[in-house]
This record gives sequence, structure tokens and C-alpha cells, in this order.
Amino acid sequence: MEPILETRQLSHIYSPGTPFEHNALRAVDLTAYRGEYLGVIGRTGSGKSTLIQHLNGLLKPTSGQVLLNGTDIWSSKEATRAARFQVGLVFQYPEYQLFEETVYKDIAFGPKNMGLDEGEIDRRVREAAAFVELDDEILEKSPFELSGGQKRRAAIAGVIAMEPSVLILDEPTAGLDPAGVERILGNIQAYHRARNATVIIVSHSMEEMARTADRLVVMHDGAIPFQGPPREIFTHAQELEEMGLGVPQITRVFQRLRALGAEVDPSVYTVAQARDAILAALGKGAV
Amino acid sequence: MEKAIIQTEDLRFSYTDTDAQEGAPLVLDGIDLKIAPGSFVAVLGHNGSGKSTLAKHLNGILLPSGGKVYVQGMDTADEEKLLDIRRAVGMVFQNPDNQIVANVVEEDVAFAPENLGVPSAEIRRRVDEALAMVGMSEYAAHAPHLLSGGQKQRVAIAGVIAMRPNCIVMDEPTAMLDPVGRREVIETVKSLNQNYGMTVVLITHHMDEAAQAGRLVVMAQGRVVLDGPPREVFAQVERLKAVDLAAPDTVELCWQLRQAGLEVPLDGLSDEACAQVLYDLLRRQRA
Amino acid sequence: MAIKDITLGQYFPGNTVVHRMDPRTKLLFTVLYIVALFMAGSPLSYGILFAVLAGCVLLSRIRLKVLLRSMRAVIFIVVLTGLLNLFYTPAGPGESPLLSFWVFRVYPAGVWAASLMVLRIILLICCTFLLTYTTSPILITDGLESLLGPLKKIKLPVHELAMMMSIALRFIPTLIEETDKIMSAQKARGASFDTGNLVQKAKALVPLLVPLFISSFRRADELAVAMECRCYHGGEGRTKLRQLRYAGRDYLALGFGLALCAGIWALGYLGL
Repeated sequence: MEPILETRQLSHIYSPGTPFEHNALRAVDLTAYRGEYLGVIGRTGSGKSTLIQHLNGLLKPTSGQVLLNGTDIWSSKEATRAARFQVGLVFQYPEYQLFEETVYKDIAFGPKNMGLDEGEIDRRVREAAAFVELDDEILEKSPFELSGGQKRRAAIAGVIAMEPSVLILDEPTAGLDPAGVERILGNIQAYHRARNATVIIVSHSMEEMARTADRLVVMHDGAIPFQGPPREIFTHAQELEEMGLGVPQITRVFQRLRALGAEVDPSVYTVAQARDAILAALGKGAV
Repeated sequence: MEKAIIQTEDLRFSYTDTDAQEGAPLVLDGIDLKIAPGSFVAVLGHNGSGKSTLAKHLNGILLPSGGKVYVQGMDTADEEKLLDIRRAVGMVFQNPDNQIVANVVEEDVAFAPENLGVPSAEIRRRVDEALAMVGMSEYAAHAPHLLSGGQKQRVAIAGVIAMRPNCIVMDEPTAMLDPVGRREVIETVKSLNQNYGMTVVLITHHMDEAAQAGRLVVMAQGRVVLDGPPREVFAQVERLKAVDLAAPDTVELCWQLRQAGLEVPLDGLSDEACAQVLYDLLRRQRA
Repeated sequence: MAIKDITLGQYFPGNTVVHRMDPRTKLLFTVLYIVALFMAGSPLSYGILFAVLAGCVLLSRIRLKVLLRSMRAVIFIVVLTGLLNLFYTPAGPGESPLLSFWVFRVYPAGVWAASLMVLRIILLICCTFLLTYTTSPILITDGLESLLGPLKKIKLPVHELAMMMSIALRFIPTLIEETDKIMSAQKARGASFDTGNLVQKAKALVPLLVPLFISSFRRADELAVAMECRCYHGGEGRTKLRQLRYAGRDYLALGFGLALCAGIWALGYLGL
């Protein structure tokens, strides 16, 4: 696999030289590959927000590098600008950044800042809106008339319209109900597949990450103690618990089941896997 | 039957002012609910089910378009009784930042008793007691904006307890918190209910939180669709799915096994109970 | 981020005599000091006032560096007033200009007036900074509410004003954090806040200000409901967790403040 975005020994210190000095990142090495769906998990204050703001050049490293397609994003003005547009960043509660008169204009804000022509902007706005399932009628409405879920999707479309090759989302499902969560995750998945875009989702929901991500990166205290496929990560149940993260409920159930003496696969982390594991143990095969 | 602390009778509500208006959508459509003193009731529903609107009726922030709400026998529409009603039923909201009024923790907790004209020495006692009840005594002199989300929400809870209410209604108090913050708040709520006999109404869309309650009310389209102990309510997987809610993963797993033709009970709600159900299943089938 | 570095009006917690003094005393003393400052005219009276302030700074253990650093924010005003006095003070009797270029003439009287004015402003600013550095905003609000209490009789909404002030203080850090967040979010969409001419810069603020206003209104709305839920119904019948009480040191400080005023006045009267 081909790396698209890398950090090398990335460190960041807030307010250096003051009593508020804080080491938010400590020599972080992270690689995101082209077309992968990466989950970053950590609790509030673990450094995950600081990390993602380095990936599109919003924050400048105290030391270390951020490489986009092998080029240091701080090596030239052009490289920094390219990172800003190629790495799309959706902040937590993005609906609070909507400001235009219409949803259409708001989604067009990013493409406009990129200096694209009218025709291209229009194409991008409409395609982005389609990814998040907002129809033409909604595009002409004021963003402030929309429902909570629609606002969130409109805000995400505003970043998708920049057609980033890496799409980063900070807690995109925070505060939504189960139906809203599924819809947003589906929209992100659609963009991911259609464009072979790299997606990096930051979350503290283990269940959600377990279902969607190809690979997980665990952040704790400004460093990455574990990374790998979910199956591997969730074998560190004890450590994850100590970091205030925990493992998916199904994994916990299966750990108990094994403790009771049943011989089942211990690396199960979704309901579907659990069902198949039980059926397999009963000799019925997967359905 | 014990006298209810809160009782709604055929409660109907629509956001358009005149209930005479034909065709105005009813957000609440005939709710009959009795909350017993000392109980812990969770209200579950997706966004737009009317659960938050219901919460706002329980201490008279909103008044019914039709039907009645009684708090300890007082009609919430009786303006003379408003202060007594507000003191009897405390309310905690989703965003802790927007309910903390002072820039010192103890000052904030003192806010409600100050409004009630409680003498200074007594306020001091209540503040200390309320902070102890939520485990925040050591933060009495801190600035709220420097606390974590879970800690802020506990301060908000203390601010309500300081009124010495008989019941506390929480409108999605954990929606903006990370897993550690959520756990802090839910543990606090459980302790208030178990150790101090406080009646709790918890509005949520998190299954795992709802599962901790003694009674679970499921709402959809402004009506109560299911009502009973969580174990029984969650076992009705089809009916939950019909109103766009999912069962917790534990129950969902058992239900899927059932769909595969196995005889599995659906009341294994907790990790332990579910593991036991699965263990029994494996042993029975093998025998 | 520049907005985070504002120290103006900041409070530095401490436990010195100055910190523990009743906020009303500090407010009144500050007022008395300022009155004395405006009565002062001679080097001797300025010397006394300087010594008094220096004493207060020493007692409060606020570091000189901190005080000087906060002067930076107002240096413009100080320099401007100094220059105005320097150039626009007319010649004293029989004085010839020390300096003259273009339309400006600088006379010895101007130098004298400018230095006194600059000293006066510096002392004025330092004494108000000292007040905010040693008194928490909430105590200042409490103090003001209590001092202005009698004005309720003439229907001045003293309690409401105090409540507004303390809520504004409470939300300043929250709003600063929010501004930071929205700014980053719009930057991520390619917005730039620091390039272009003045008009472009002003236009660039729209994506920041609109969300900020909307969220402030939402916060205000939610806060109002939360306050009502906690039985807020105005200032009537309200009690306080912390009651302000004058102690011996407060009377001493107030007496000293009055004596200072009288003394400076007397010095002026005697022409010293």
C-alpha cells in the first residue's frame, strides 16, 4: 500500500516557556495509506485533536514533519496550501460553522476559496450535496432552517466539495441518535468508495470504530501505544480500559463467555461476527 | 398505588400557539405517565420523538396544549405554583457550558439557593453537601471552564441538587461527553437515586444508559410505545426496530441467533447475562 | 493565538492583605486615589502618590514585570497624550522654544506638562490594573452591586446590571475558545483572516462572526431557561453565599485613602 499522509517524530508543545506548557504530542509516527479507512481513538485530551490539526497544516509542528505524498507540507508556501485543500478537515459539531444565506452558498465556500470557476464550483456543490443526501430543494434553503442532522450533513458537504484526497472527521456522529449515526457513516463511506479517498475518523466510540474502520490508531497522552486492525487492538482490553477507552460490548461478552469455559473466538468485536462465531461453535456454519 | 411525584394526563403539545389550529403537528400526542417517588425512569427515543419536549413539560418550562401535568399534585399551568414546581423538579440539560452561570464552581452551585432566598450559612451547607454528593468537593474553588465535560456536568447537577428537589429530570446529559465523562455522570445519577432516594428521569438515546434504569419508557412520534423494566422492553426487538431504535448489542446478538433458528431467550441484557445465555445455549446444544 | 494572550483585566489569585481586602474597600480606595491624582499638581504630591502605589504593589506581591507587561496594551494612549501635551502646551511667560520644526514648537512648559500627564496616566492605569489583578471579577461585581445598592431607589437596575456583568465574565473564556474553534474550521475550508486589504479583511470576518453570533444567541437562550429552572426571578428576595463584611483593615485603608485625598488637596492649597 502507498502512504499518502505521514507524520515523522511529530511533537507539539502548547504555550512553551509558560506555566501552562503542555506536551500535546510526543514524537508521533503515523502513516495513513491511500484509500484506507482509518480510525483514531483516544479520550478527550489524548492529543488526537492536536494531531489532526497538524495534518492539514492548521498547526505547525514544534518539531518533526508532516508529509503529504512524500513532501513536507511546511517546505514551501505551495505545499502548505496544497495540504489545506487536499486534506479536508471536518471539526466536531461542524454545523456551528455554517454562516451563508443558503446551503448552496455555504457548501460553495471552500471551492470558492480554492479559486475554482463557477461551473466547477456548481458541479462540486451538487456532487457533495448528493454524497450527503441533501436534495436541490434543501440547497436553496437557509442552513438555519434545517434539522440538526441535515445541518451536520450540509457542513460535511462543505468539506467534501473541496474534493480532498484525505477526509478527516472529528467525532462526526457526536450527539446524534442511532439513525442519524448510521446515515452520516453511510455518507462518509459513500465518498470513501466513490473517490478512493483516505478517510480518518476520530472518535471515542469503540463500537462505531469497530464496525467501520480498516485499521485503528489508539492515542493516549500524546503518543500512539497501539495501532493495527480492530481484531488486534481489542486484544488489549485491559490497557484500553485503563486509558478510559474500553472495548466493544460484544468483545466483553465473548471474554466472559470464554471465562465461563466456552471455546469461542476471542477476537470477536461485531454482532455479526459474534453470531457467526456462535453458529460455528454449534457446527451450523455462518448464515 | 403510591402517590406519583409527577403525573401527566393525556398530555398533548404542539409548537404552534393555538391548539385549535387544525392539522398542526402534535409533538406530544396523548401522554399518560406516572413517575413514582424514588424511581429511576429512562425515556428513550430518537430525535424528534418528543422526548425532550416531554422533559420540558415536567417542570413547567413548556405548558401543555392539551391535557395536564401535575408535580406533587400541583398543576404546572398554575403560575402561582411555578417556583414550588421548579424547586421540586430540578432540570439538567445537554450542554453543561450553557447552564453554568458563575465563574467559580461553588458560586454556581449557590445560584439556586440564592434565588430562593436561603440564608447565607444554610447556602454554604447546601453547597458543600451538593458538591459532596456529586463527588466534586475538591473543585469548589475552581473555574468551571477549566473542568472536563463530565466534571462540568456534575457541577450542573450539584447546582440543581442544591435546591433540594425531590426529582431531577435530565435531558440527554451525556450527549456531549466522552465515554469517561458519560460514565462519571451516569454513576453520579445512579448514586443520587440509590443512596439519596432522589427520583430520576433520564432522557437519552444511549441504550446502555437506558439499560441501567429501573423503568424504561420508549417514545416515538409523540407517544409512549413501550413501558416496562429495561429487560422486558429491550426484548421486544421487532417493536424497537419499527420505531427506528436498535436493541443493545447483547440483545441484538441473541435475536439474530433466534432468527437463525436457535432457541435463545432475549433477556440477556448485561454482559454477564448475555454471556450466561450464550454459554447455556452452547452447552445445551452440545449435550 | 493573540486573543488568548490578553492579560488586561486578568485576576491573579493570591492571599495577601490586598487580595483579602473587601472589594468595596478596594473600589472606594481606587476612586479616592484617582481623585487625589487629579488634584495633584506638584512634584511633591506626585511623589507621594507614586510612593503610595508602589507600597500597594509591594503589599500585593504582584510582580513588576506583570504590571509593566500589561502597560504595553495602553502604551499608545500614553504616548499620544504625552505628545499632544508636548506640542500643544503654549509657551510659559518669557520662554523661547526648545525645539521647533514645521508647525510644532516645544516649550519647557510643554515638557513639564507632558511628563506630569504621562506620569498621571501611568499611575492611573497601574492603580486600576492593581485592582483587577488582586480582586476576582465576581468580587468586583459583588462590590459594585453593594456600593451602588442605594441607587435601586431611583429605579436603577443595579442587580440586573451586576448579573449581566458576572455572566459576561463567565462566558468570556467560553467565547474565546469558540472563536478559536470557528476560525480553525473556516481556515480548514480555505478562509484566510490575515491577508488582503482592510475591506477584504472585514469581509473575511463574516464566516467567523455569523456563527459566533448565532451560537451566542443559542447559548443565551439555553442559559435563560437553565436559570429559570433554578428559580431565578430577579434580584428580589435574593440572598448571597458570600456576604461582604468590612474588617478593621478596611476601615484603616479607607481612612488612609481619605487622608491621602485631604493631604494632596492641602498641598495644592499651600502651593507646594
